Amino acid sequence: MILIGERINAGFKDIARAIQTKDPEPVKTWAVKQTERGADYLDVNIGAASKKPEDMAWLVRTVRESVPTKISVDSTNVEIMEAGLEALDGRAALINSTTADSGKLETLVPLAVKYNTSLLGVAMDERGSPPDANRRVENAAVIFAAAMEGGLEPERIILDPILMPLKFMQEQAPHVLEAISQYTFLSDPPPHISVGLSNVASKVTERGLIVRTFLVMAMTRGLDAAICNVMDEEMIAAVATAELILNKEIYSDSYVRAFTARRGP
Amino acid sequence: MTAQIPEVKKTWTNPIHAVTLGATDKEGGTRTSTITIGGETTLPFCHFEGEMPNAPVLAMEVWDVPATDWPEPIKEPFADVMADPGAWAKKCVDEYGAQLVCLRLKGCDPNGENKSPEDAVSATKRVLESVGVPLIIWGCGNTDKDNEVFPAVAEAASGENCLLGTITEDNYKTLTALGTAYKHKLIAESPVDINMAKQVNILALDVGFPTENILIYPSTGALGYGIEYVYSIMERLRIAGLKGDKVVAMPILCDIGIEVWGVKEAKAPQSEVPEWGDAALRGPLWEAATAYVYLLAGADILVMRHPQAVRMTKETIERLMGGTA
Repeated sequence: MILIGERINAGFKDIARAIQTKDPEPVKTWAVKQTERGADYLDVNIGAASKKPEDMAWLVRTVRESVPTKISVDSTNVEIMEAGLEALDGRAALINSTTADSGKLETLVPLAVKYNTSLLGVAMDERGSPPDANRRVENAAVIFAAAMEGGLEPERIILDPILMPLKFMQEQAPHVLEAISQYTFLSDPPPHISVGLSNVASKVTERGLIVRTFLVMAMTRGLDAAICNVMDEEMIAAVATAELILNKEIYSDSYVRAFTARRGP
Repeated sequence: MTAQIPEVKKTWTNPIHAVTLGATDKEGGTRTSTITIGGETTLPFCHFEGEMPNAPVLAMEVWDVPATDWPEPIKEPFADVMADPGAWAKKCVDEYGAQLVCLRLKGCDPNGENKSPEDAVSATKRVLESVGVPLIIWGCGNTDKDNEVFPAVAEAASGENCLLGTITEDNYKTLTALGTAYKHKLIAESPVDINMAKQVNILALDVGFPTENILIYPSTGALGYGIEYVYSIMERLRIAGLKGDKVVAMPILCDIGIEVWGVKEAKAPQSEVPEWGDAALRGPLWEAATAYVYLLAGADILVMRHPQAVRMTKETIERLMGGTA
């Protein structure tokens, strides 16, 4: 399971303030904490706190200097994205994200090639969010084809079927699960499949339970990545257990501990 | 018409830990050379696919007491030196080309000669003075006695960066503490059980002993005695390590000699089973054949006994590494 830590995002007040005052400490703290909990990537997003490409460059640089972890450069704005990629200085990374929009694909696929990163594509297009599994598959296939044509191998492509809040769009969850199953047939080996996990539990009371349950259900369909709260110990334990049951990890009595330790420094 | 051969190369994400044994005077020890093993980025000898930067190495077994119960074919080459572990080790290195010496403290066994920790220390010192290669020091196998002997032995060999063994799921605290205090590496033992192999590593990690300083000993079976079970466990451990599980991405040690020379196919004299042929040839061949299998499964250190088997295995390693032996 590829865990992408969501915490370095200007949607959180401490990070927004850090970006505005150029205070590296909160960013460092979260980079270290999430890495210790086994994050494979750290998502980095300046959100609404800034529109300045140099702020993204600062944030990426601050993370890069704090930990050896891979970085997920998260922006919908191409200029901000490129500033972030430039600041990677060779660090392994992923672009978060493109859509099936041809204009976006034409810009972002070459950037992934140029900076040698993976590319995360969310299954929406100019028509907006997908209403069902079919549209999710259609959009993902467009992204997948464009990425392959551009020279990215399946291992560098991450598809996101777009997870909706359970509380407000309950009918969408089965469509997401179905789309995940379908994505696994796109190639052999299949592309990676990821969701923005916290979205499913927006404004619910049983947050942790819904997150873990969805995650485990999705893993059985082929989900192998998630942008998530890696500080959620119960969620990590559920992932570790699901990986065992899917025979992707070797059992040991201390397997939950081993799941974090296996990633190592 | 030429058929297209599909691309079958695999790239793995995580290298096996490289481990260095021994310390020269520059590194605070007295060894004349060190040995580095591990560091593979692919399955054994798949040179077309990745790196195998360090060839597997051969250790020869030396005891702290004469090995009176060894069968004739392995007693005979050492008959003149068995009374002195130092001379025994020197013969292994100088005459038979051992790259490491594995000192087995068999004499400390309470069911045998029940030698004292002081005796073990003097045997260790004798070997350290007599040879310049790195040392493996293996306890007698009695947990309580080993925990009494190792503190003295680990201290006496302080700074020499030896490989001490073994830790198990039930007994790891003494040796991990000694390994940290006196800078030695450790052998993690499990009884042909992949889950326990992983568990003992995680237990060591939890008491602060870094996984980079551990070798896996998944138990060894002689050819004809469960070798296929051990093989598949070694293979699965190695694949998991290469795929990114750092808790099992360690070099692997196989204890060949002790297993092979306990089975009748290797040790029975020709007088008992004439149809099996010359025991002087059969035994070493059995040992070498067992070693070859483990090389292919991913062994990084082989502990062996018969000089002829050592020579054959060394030549095989050179060939498998792309040499011209």
